[in-house]
Amino acid sequence: SCDFAPSGSFSPFRRLPLPAKRKYMRSPLSPEMATQEVPLNETLAHLKTESETLKLKLEEERAKLHDVELHQVAEKVEGLGQFVMKTRRTLKGHGNKVLCMDWCKDKRRIVSSSQDGKVIVWDAFTTNKEHAVTMPCTWVMACAYAPSGCAVACGGLDNKCSVYPLSLDKNENLAAKKKSVAMHTNYLSACSFTNSDMQILTSSGDGTCALWDVESGQLLQSFHGHAADVLCLDLAPSETGNTFVSGGCDKKANVWDMRSGQCIQSFETHESDINSVRYYPSGDAFASGSDDATCRLYDLRADREVAIYSKESIIFGVSSVDFSLSGRLLFGGYNDYTINVWDVLKGTRVSILFGHENRVSTLRVSPDGTAFCTGSWDHTLRVWILMC
Amino acid sequence: MTINTMAKGGWQREQTICFRKMEKMIVAMQDPDMGMKLRNQRLLITVIPHAMTGHDIIIWLIHKYSVCEEEALHLGGMLVKYGYIYPLKEPRSLVLQPDESPYRFQTPYFWTSTRWPASELDYAIYLAKKNIRKQGELMEYEKERYSLLHKKINHTWDFVVMQAREQLRASKQRRKADRIVLECQEQAYWLINRPPPGVHNMLDVGLERQNNFNLRATLNSDFYKNEIEVHRRALGRNRVKSSICLEGFLKYSEQYQNHDPIMQGCLPSNPWISDDTAHWTMNTEMVPVPTRLRVERWSFSFMELLNDAMGRQEFMLYLEKEFSAENLYFWQACEEIRHGESSKIVEKVEEVYKNFLAPGAARWVNIDSKTMDKTLEGIKQPHRFVLDDAQMHIYFLMKKDSYPRYLKSDLYKNMLAKAIVPQETKKSVFPFMRRQRHSSPSPAQAVAQATEEEGRHKGAG
Repeated sequence: SCDFAPSGSFSPFRRLPLPAKRKYMRSPLSPEMATQEVPLNETLAHLKTESETLKLKLEEERAKLHDVELHQVAEKVEGLGQFVMKTRRTLKGHGNKVLCMDWCKDKRRIVSSSQDGKVIVWDAFTTNKEHAVTMPCTWVMACAYAPSGCAVACGGLDNKCSVYPLSLDKNENLAAKKKSVAMHTNYLSACSFTNSDMQILTSSGDGTCALWDVESGQLLQSFHGHAADVLCLDLAPSETGNTFVSGGCDKKANVWDMRSGQCIQSFETHESDINSVRYYPSGDAFASGSDDATCRLYDLRADREVAIYSKESIIFGVSSVDFSLSGRLLFGGYNDYTINVWDVLKGTRVSILFGHENRVSTLRVSPDGTAFCTGSWDHTLRVWILMC
Repeated sequence: MTINTMAKGGWQREQTICFRKMEKMIVAMQDPDMGMKLRNQRLLITVIPHAMTGHDIIIWLIHKYSVCEEEALHLGGMLVKYGYIYPLKEPRSLVLQPDESPYRFQTPYFWTSTRWPASELDYAIYLAKKNIRKQGELMEYEKERYSLLHKKINHTWDFVVMQAREQLRASKQRRKADRIVLECQEQAYWLINRPPPGVHNMLDVGLERQNNFNLRATLNSDFYKNEIEVHRRALGRNRVKSSICLEGFLKYSEQYQNHDPIMQGCLPSNPWISDDTAHWTMNTEMVPVPTRLRVERWSFSFMELLNDAMGRQEFMLYLEKEFSAENLYFWQACEEIRHGESSKIVEKVEEVYKNFLAPGAARWVNIDSKTMDKTLEGIKQPHRFVLDDAQMHIYFLMKKDSYPRYLKSDLYKNMLAKAIVPQETKKSVFPFMRRQRHSSPSPAQAVAQATEEEGRHKGAG
């Protein structure tokens, strides 16, 4: 059951046990700080000042090792030629704004969700609709394809994330086998399966992320640290596969340890809401897109922002970002209906794509990198390719 | 609760940013030195001052922002859509024409950001004025809204009509040019703040993000203590110099460039372009002979090898030859626990103990004694991550030892040698003829078929 949190409480549902030793904020990695104590008569203002002082010190430390810019290192790399990308498929069928989409591992199927509550599974290659579900709520902001390709997850204003096994019988009502997995206290903004169909990671307008066991609906871990709505998340493609990044309305991008629930790295350089986060294919960095009209690249080993992708003529927010397979290109879907393609290494914009008639709300490169798909408030989805 | 008051009283954060940026652009466009050259524009018999053509706007944007014509048209189009520039000809259509059509800058008085939110009362007065001026000949949707407003704010209707009459009287005393301009300005404002049916609502920002909703409640002492903890941990972490990290990006992009279909194309052809699915068929999870690019990728990193089902299978074959296959079996079993159902954890951990960790186990794995002791202690209270340390130990063992040797082995070299390099499909002579796009079985169907076959085999055996 999900109890309503008492007012003034930070955690919206099951409260995590706070670290036992709160008097001594000892960091195991820095023995010289072991003897520092937080005074017992803490006031809120005092805590806030301490937090801000530490943040400034952190920025100083990060700056010390920043000896070169990415575009400088990339000077020796050959520039990219002209990119002409065209729409190769247009998927029509949604009756309202398309809010989210995800690719199936088979590289041709996609799932998309819309403001009117409809979730559609398409074979984007043939443009045939294969399944359709009507959710009991509007604004289905999140949808994801299961790794097996046998189910989809979605949610939005219902504050839940539900899993629908994809039936072989086209006439069967998918809603009959629906499984409610996640429960938040505000809208679901994003969801993703982990390495299997058995676990789902969610982010919500209630300011938290959470990891769930699909079979039982049990909450496995919750992630607290954002000060406002969390809008996006992405799982790290790392060897040990235990981290993910989230972005929120507090302008922060946080990297989390899925096992412990701890925030292990935090970045706050954007000037507005972060709408989208996506890992660089090697897992050593991630990109973000924000309402401040910029995309940024954060390196996890350098522990800092290493590139900003912006142009004076681009003034509308970025809704969604993704990398090409090699990580050389970064695609951004924007609120001014366009897609900008960036050279990740040199920091320059290599192409601007027109076509959608309203905001681009979602953008994903296909699993084998042969194309990318965009969803828009103009009710359509488009699959784009490079025309040589 | 507070949600509605945010919408009315506050300002949409996202829009504020965009509006400020557009306004900065507009101010730059009107700069006396670097701005646009304005001129008089003749509209039938009236001369309107300080006007510019659509073409002028586009040229200025091209030069100011170093963009192409298409982008300048799009950007200028946004300025018109948001009402910062309005057309003098066809004022109902907020579209930028790249020709000699005349446009003017909207007066800041009528910027959407200045008068937010647009009030019902002002709209009523506007429609009343129009109604009087056009002697009842409003557009259909305006008539509907007018009568709706009449019902809604009936109690102030006398005031509305009085204001409308007064404004009309004042405007009659203006010069014709000023009158036309004022009408266009006001109309542009209302086209944005009360768009006609079927027209984009430019002010639609989607779902309200109530992030300021609980601000006071959220930023309590617990929150700051959490922040302090995060910052302290961050201060203690090891960082790598930028010059080293950034080289990594160059190396990665270079290594994967040939494998990136968007950058280099793919063989025999990109299915999305040619409508031929051969590329996918050749690269399905299990194929008799894999492609060369695929086998090459196995050498990029251990993770690439393990992530590919065929790569993993080949590696298993190699390990069997080396009598260390138990390592990979163990790793796979740990993965299944980590990513599997919560309900199966206990039984799976028991299986792993029996097969891999128990003394004399069939596939006993060689873990250092410290990790082994810790693991054996841990599995007394099995949980999802109880085998993590052991799994990592074995993973790095394989990565540092078996994997490099595999890449040097005959098994791998032979695989690479016999791998397919598909012929590039020549672009068809008649590009207009579209090939038939064939459906494929959905993953769910594939699973069902496989299960069926498995069942039949089991039944037969």
